[in-house]
Amino acid sequence: MPTRTTEPAPAADAAVALRAGGPDARARRTERAKNWARRAPLLPALVFLVLVTQLPFLATVVISFTRWNALAPDNRGFAALDNYRAVFTDPAMRASVGTTVLLTVTVVLVSLLLGLGLALLLDRGFRGRGIVRTLLITPFLIVPVASALLWKHALYNASYGLLNGSLTWIWRLFGSDDPPQPDWMTDSPLAAVEMSLIWQWTPFMMLILLAGLQSRASDAVEAARMDGASAFDIFRYLTLPHLRRYLELAALLGTVYVVQNFDAVFTITSGGLGTANLPYTIYQTVYQSHDYGRASAQGVVVVLCSLLVATFALRTVSSLLREEVTS
Amino acid sequence: MRARSPGPGRGGRSLGLTALAVALALSTAGCYRGAGDAGNDSRHTINVLMVNNPQMVDLQRLTAEHFTKETGIKVHFTVLPEDDLRDKMSQDFSSQAGQYDVASVSNYETPIYARNGWLSPLGERAAKDRTFDQGDILEPVRSSLTAADGKVYAEPFYGESSFLMYRKDLLKATGLTMPARPTWHQVAALAAELDGSRKGLKGICLRGQPGWGQLAAPLTTVVNTFGGTWFTKDWQQQVDSPAFTEATRFYVDLVRRHGQAGAPQAGYTECLNDMQQGKVAMWYDATAGAGSLESGESKVAGKVGYAPAPVERTREAGWLFTWAWGVQKASTHQDAAWRFVRWASSKGYERLVGRELGWSRVPGGKRASLYRNPEYAKEAGAFAGPTERAISSARPGDPGVQPRPAPGIQFVGIPEFADLGTKVSTEISAAIAGKQSVPEALTKSRRLAQEVSDAYTHH
Repeated sequence: MPTRTTEPAPAADAAVALRAGGPDARARRTERAKNWARRAPLLPALVFLVLVTQLPFLATVVISFTRWNALAPDNRGFAALDNYRAVFTDPAMRASVGTTVLLTVTVVLVSLLLGLGLALLLDRGFRGRGIVRTLLITPFLIVPVASALLWKHALYNASYGLLNGSLTWIWRLFGSDDPPQPDWMTDSPLAAVEMSLIWQWTPFMMLILLAGLQSRASDAVEAARMDGASAFDIFRYLTLPHLRRYLELAALLGTVYVVQNFDAVFTITSGGLGTANLPYTIYQTVYQSHDYGRASAQGVVVVLCSLLVATFALRTVSSLLREEVTS
Repeated sequence: MRARSPGPGRGGRSLGLTALAVALALSTAGCYRGAGDAGNDSRHTINVLMVNNPQMVDLQRLTAEHFTKETGIKVHFTVLPEDDLRDKMSQDFSSQAGQYDVASVSNYETPIYARNGWLSPLGERAAKDRTFDQGDILEPVRSSLTAADGKVYAEPFYGESSFLMYRKDLLKATGLTMPARPTWHQVAALAAELDGSRKGLKGICLRGQPGWGQLAAPLTTVVNTFGGTWFTKDWQQQVDSPAFTEATRFYVDLVRRHGQAGAPQAGYTECLNDMQQGKVAMWYDATAGAGSLESGESKVAGKVGYAPAPVERTREAGWLFTWAWGVQKASTHQDAAWRFVRWASSKGYERLVGRELGWSRVPGGKRASLYRNPEYAKEAGAFAGPTERAISSARPGDPGVQPRPAPGIQFVGIPEFADLGTKVSTEISAAIAGKQSVPEALTKSRRLAQEVSDAYTHH
């Protein structure tokens, strides 16, 4: 974006300028014309963007103040703040806020750490690196609902899943006929959902961090090595500071996506056993209660909270970036 | 904005929606005639909204080369998963936008939609139609698609009940016999005996996955036969009543003691897998499961016996579910829509599927004539009889020991039940997982059921 101010001069000034017809006014006019010439081609895109993103949100805000349940078509009307009251007094909604935070933080942190480890390993040259990298990225390319189904049936299932099958096989190797057969999704339902998401999001984190690592100048590292720095020191004082921006970016993007996750919760646990997160709770309000008014209110509240959190997150990130520049 | 009666031109919002829907319909239908059917409904196009079950996908494949060829009526299908279907349907039908002429409605929606005036009555057309043979439709299925005004509002595509599927060979090996009409306590005793009689074998598979169409369905049939109900005739909630509690405790204990592993997340699909893999000795679920158990891919084909749904205090306990075709009242192609419904629900269509795709894929469970068909009997011999008996003996109007405020066996025929059943079953699923006791789960559920009670008693 151009940083020049393009504010129109106050009317009086403009009038004077016009009367004078001085070079100053002409310059300003051409300046303005130039600015518009630069902006005009972007206008359709901007209008389109506003239409497709802001109008639905406006509609949601409007609906959130109406009493609108699809099951009661005769009973529609203005509800004032009833829907919002219902949202804030709903215990399921409160519980799902906690679940969402826990789920998101766990998934983002763990996949960030795993992604960092994998990126550091992949940063070295070895035979077959291309194949390994492709294989590691694959989980991220799988359709989320398909991956959730895979985890639910092929891996976790207590009677025909791979995890318990492996346990049986290992125990049999040692001649035991009574392997433990834990019921993964029941014993730790949230961890089961988190696990499948971590598997999916680790490659994403790895990709961003790997890009960061490969953009690093190697001479500093070599110099450090010449000076006798240990591998850990290099990581601690050179790699990590360099990667910090990438770590923040990965965490931010990951959070934005994982907060919205629906497939894993829907498929693996159907929101049972305290795994219902915000998207799932809103889905239930729409599809089972058919209460569009309340669902819209829930959506609006979630968007507002997300905006708050995102603002703070972005502020931290940008302040850190500024530190980078000044330090 | 005051609430107004349903109908076209109601307030800006719905008008906008209607306009949008019409615009969509125009763009999808390609050819549109505002005029009603003037007798010559060939060259018409109708829009059908349906659920994405395999039988419907078969129908979609057969429509163009059979129905359209015979009648000249083009059919545009919109195929969606169950939840999305209900959502789209309730939006389109409640505003009477007329975007869809025909939709798959189940016996849960039909009476509700009919009462709201969203469906065209089909009974008279069907009665006039000699080849359609309305009398051939199984009585409980027909009556479950009949609204409170006594008119039929939908024609069935396929129907199902529930029964007990069990491994004959395993019972024989342990020297047990299945009673002809088992009670739940007998089934629990059998489950205890069979549990662990072979390595890795569990006694019984019962759904534990939250959802009004998952755990709530078999559980409600158990509640009925234990003498419980969700609501009394005058809408008093009974979720924490002794009978409801006893039934729930029985169900939860049985599945915790002798049920499949991973019960809290196990729904229809998981139980089907467990049964096919020989991990469980019995399975109480939909009659539709039998077709998969006897299919070529199943390890247990030929080894499965079928007993009626277990009972306690009632004569019968099997549920009743049917996917049927409803015609939207606002549709401008009533005749073409009926011709499609007539074709899809006909004997002829069943024979067509039998010929073209194989008899195991016939959408059954709705017509008596199918069960007299020797070709079908050859394919489905093991479970055809038990299935027909289960469906024929279902009593959707009177499924328990007390009068009910709304029709339905494994559900309560009110719009709020999808939400209530799902939330209550989530609590009970947590009890199956051992995270809380049954009384705790039902105390939490009580509040939810009370809200529904309040809504209906203040009328």
